[in-house]
Amino acid sequence: MDYVAIILLQTAISIANLVLISAGLAVIFGMMRVINFAHGEFLMLGGYTAVIATQHGVPLLVSCFILAPVLVGLVGLVVEYLVIRHLYGRLLDTMLASWGVSLILIGLVTVAFGNSVSGISTPFGSLSIGRFSIGFYELFLVAVTLVMVIAGYLVMRYSRVGLIARATMQDRDMAASLGVNQRAVYRATFVTGAALSGLAGALIAPIAGVVPTIGASYLAKCFITVISGGPAIIAGTLSASGLLGGVGGIMTFLATPVLAEVALLAAAVVLLRVLPQGITSKFFRRSQ
Amino acid sequence: MTDYLLEARNLTMRFGGVVAVRDVSLSLREGELHCLIGPNGAGKSTFFRMLSGQYRPTSGEVLFRGQSINGQSSAKIARAGMGIKTQVPSVFNAMTVRENVMLAAVRALPPNLARRRCDEVMKRIGISHLAAEKVGILAHGQRQLVELATVIAPRPALILLDEPAAGMTGEEVEGLGDLLVELARSCSVIVVEHDMSFIRRIARSITVFNQGSVLVEGPADQVLSDQRVRDVYLGREVA
Amino acid sequence: MKTPLVTSGRLGAVAMILAAAWALFIVPSGGDMTLILSGSIYCAFGILALSLALIWGFGGILSFGQTAFFGIGGYAYAVLALNIGNTTTAALLAILVAAAMAAAIGYFMFWGRLGDVYLGVITLVLSLILYRFINQTSGSEWKIGKAPLGGFNGIPSTPILNDLDGNPLWPEDIYVLCVVALILSYILCRLLLATYFGRVVVALRENELRAELLGYDTRLYKLGVFSIAGGLAGLAGVLFANCVFVSPNMFSLTTSSQLLVWVIVGGLGTLAGPVMACFLLLAFSAWLGTLNAGVWLDPNLVMGLVLTLFVLVLPKGILPLMRSGCDRALAAFRRPAPAAEPGEAMIGEEAR
Repeated sequence: MDYVAIILLQTAISIANLVLISAGLAVIFGMMRVINFAHGEFLMLGGYTAVIATQHGVPLLVSCFILAPVLVGLVGLVVEYLVIRHLYGRLLDTMLASWGVSLILIGLVTVAFGNSVSGISTPFGSLSIGRFSIGFYELFLVAVTLVMVIAGYLVMRYSRVGLIARATMQDRDMAASLGVNQRAVYRATFVTGAALSGLAGALIAPIAGVVPTIGASYLAKCFITVISGGPAIIAGTLSASGLLGGVGGIMTFLATPVLAEVALLAAAVVLLRVLPQGITSKFFRRSQ
Repeated sequence: MTDYLLEARNLTMRFGGVVAVRDVSLSLREGELHCLIGPNGAGKSTFFRMLSGQYRPTSGEVLFRGQSINGQSSAKIARAGMGIKTQVPSVFNAMTVRENVMLAAVRALPPNLARRRCDEVMKRIGISHLAAEKVGILAHGQRQLVELATVIAPRPALILLDEPAAGMTGEEVEGLGDLLVELARSCSVIVVEHDMSFIRRIARSITVFNQGSVLVEGPADQVLSDQRVRDVYLGREVA
Repeated sequence: MKTPLVTSGRLGAVAMILAAAWALFIVPSGGDMTLILSGSIYCAFGILALSLALIWGFGGILSFGQTAFFGIGGYAYAVLALNIGNTTTAALLAILVAAAMAAAIGYFMFWGRLGDVYLGVITLVLSLILYRFINQTSGSEWKIGKAPLGGFNGIPSTPILNDLDGNPLWPEDIYVLCVVALILSYILCRLLLATYFGRVVVALRENELRAELLGYDTRLYKLGVFSIAGGLAGLAGVLFANCVFVSPNMFSLTTSSQLLVWVIVGGLGTLAGPVMACFLLLAFSAWLGTLNAGVWLDPNLVMGLVLTLFVLVLPKGILPLMRSGCDRALAAFRRPAPAAEPGEAMIGEEAR
């Protein structure tokens, strides 16, 4: 009984974790059809914000929910202004440039903070179930992710911003001809993606710690989730996270986290062989 | 088995709630030249794409040489002997005219024969003087001719042409008409076209599309003088 | 139009022959050990750059994780050599293993008809996961036959290729082997692109739909060229294993990034460009290392700036730039002969 409960909780955590760290990437991919290779570094910057702010006495939740998204969102704005907007419409070049930005950010953070690991303690203690225990903080992250997804859905469904976003995703030329300013949409998308990644990076910092090159360790999971999900932001991320997080959670429990990632990749490759445009291409066609 | 080269049986194509083509059949014998015409949005391009295997019909079946092509890859259909010219000229822009035609010929013929065939086709179509030019720098009409050369180089049994005369000069259109008539002696041809003077020049049998269905079908002179056809399609032009 | 006697293409060919002659005949007799050791590594990386230049620049296949096959080739060589003893067989088998791995991954990607973005991401993820996987194999339970995988330390006992009598080659011999391998790989790519197969590969990069409509099964051609490039990357891995030893860094994101930078800086759609850029940038970072200029010369920062600037300012890379500059200079020299049209110089690149 304990065993079942713990596996269920573990799976929920691993699914929520995937949704959380992939959300920013999924927003940019869904709207712009490019993969942001600097995604890992946006997460890393969010993590550094949380760690440094906490070390200076700012409460963790303030740095997670306010400081990190704002700061990393600003970084996103700068990157968009300096680099991305010049490559408007050139998908491949946009991705390559974001790869360059990723290296620059790793370099800058290494210069500023050194190449060493730092971290903050995980708050909230832990929950014991029989012989096993799970951190309350991890359950808190599941709740936060749930709220994020619901909020995202409501925004997409009912707000003006969501309407513009859905129109752009369906047919960008049509949206442009109806008077939607594509450049403004792209900028807002990039900044939103960055801010979401900042938030996620800050939230997982107490568990994962931070180091300038930590982005690379999230990259594989996020990339797999987003391309398996396909371009529908919410439905895609949710369905792919559900499937892959399920596989990952069980594999983590049965074997090691690294073998879980290998299984994740294998699952994704087979999935893409069957559904080349991602899960949402076949099912949930009309979803966001 | 059937003695038709190409047979379309009751083709229907739906996009979401829209029925683009409704229950259209067509059969073509060897050596026929058949034209598909109709106003914009009549469904002729959709029908064309089902014939060429680019779209899979919602219902119905296309038989080429007695074999169903439903769900087969474009490459396989091409190897079975169907040559397809798309609406927008689809060529290898960074390669020379000769390389373009050669790539088409060498797929079907051994290299030495392919070289001869390549020269022959370029000469017939009148692009020999461009052989060493990159296709990317040519005019739209010339690219159409290059694509046509790549389509006929492998000696297909059936040629499908989607608006081949678009973007050509009057002189080029005349030459194209003569060429198609000549081609129809050795293989079958289906042409989708807008240009009525071009149709008059080449057509022997015509199918007129309107609102996704066949309006009239028959020999060219009969169809072109049909009052219903004049009403839906030629009205403006004749008036 | 009559081709002039001196063209940028011919100048380039002469320069390449001179460079190859210098590397093969002058450097070994000079006895400069540092040059010989780093020259070997440069050549191994040069072959890796060629493999990406071939599939990306000519086949249009985005493989951001070409390092996966580089590492697989290296590890396969080390493991096989430790187990079977015969290093030549191990080297040949390792190249086959890398090519087979590429074919297996390629099957899933090309038969699924995945788009560019997906291809790039899947290959990159493959190399990232191999990196993480190999890194955690330090325990003694992780061994294949007699070969311990060694985790993040790699396999320092990677055997060196033997000569005919079964003695390990000297570094000078390895150097010559690497240079010859690079030259042969370059010639192989050139010949491959000149064949009918190679022309189809370029054609399907140009226009996949037309290639299909002409009756070519584009998946097969992509699979073919992807496997050949995988084998080339494997060869680079085997040589690298002989210059240094195999370690997880062969798979690392840093190696993938470097490789990408070489190809972009050298020029997509050229073969010599990426090799040149590889040599120049490796030499450049070695030189930066000697400067002792403090933390600001972080290698990631430098590489990121180079990549971003090239994408923004010089997306065609340096070799095409050098060629058109050279053509213009030659045309000016030949005056009053008419100047070459700039557009032509750009499109004409591939034929050279």
